[in-house]
Amino acid sequence: MLELHDGALNVPEILTRWYAQESASNYGAYIPFVGTVRDEDGIEGLSFDVYEPILNSWFDAWVAKAEPLGAILKMAHSRGDVLVHESSYIAAVFSPKRRVALETIERFVEDFKASAPIWKYDLRGGERLYARERSTAIAGAGLLGRAQ
Amino acid sequence: MITVEFLGPIQKPVLSMEASSLRDVADLLRQDDEMAQWIDSCAVAVNDTLVASLDTVLEDGDRVSLLPPVCGG
Repeated sequence: MLELHDGALNVPEILTRWYAQESASNYGAYIPFVGTVRDEDGIEGLSFDVYEPILNSWFDAWVAKAEPLGAILKMAHSRGDVLVHESSYIAAVFSPKRRVALETIERFVEDFKASAPIWKYDLRGGERLYARERSTAIAGAGLLGRAQ
Repeated sequence: MITVEFLGPIQKPVLSMEASSLRDVADLLRQDDEMAQWIDSCAVAVNDTLVASLDTVLEDGDRVSLLPPVCGG
């Protein structure tokens, strides 16, 4: 399950809802990761652009990878502005036993940071500034520049 | 005719052009000063699938997308 929300995530609602959805599914482990905007460098918040078609296919590929492990994935992300101390990202893994969930959440979140087509901007002084220095080129980037 | 779209922070309108492969798109964009800061860091998708070869064949109506460095979460 992949959810996109305009603005900040309602973390208690989402975590509770996901818990309820799987409470009778016989999973022994539910491991959520919640990403919250920190107050640093004078930002007022962050803002996000999301490209849904490729995000959906990236997420579907992860669902397929988790399925043979007996695990399921859920993810929620914000579009637009999210202020300091609000949350923009939740990823969660449910699995029969803890080891799969612990390992999967780490791989899933790290690949999300490196590959998911989402762009982050700092909100500062009324401007929306692309956080280029904190961004990661997707694997295989630079293809067009290599065409000599 | 194919279209080229620029995602996220690249402030550039959609381009329409004739192209038979991704190499034609690369040839055009390498001459575009606006793209100089982006071209070496963008991933490329054709019809929403990431591709890895400049020899990727393009057909009429195809949609090429440029994806600059990402940072979700």
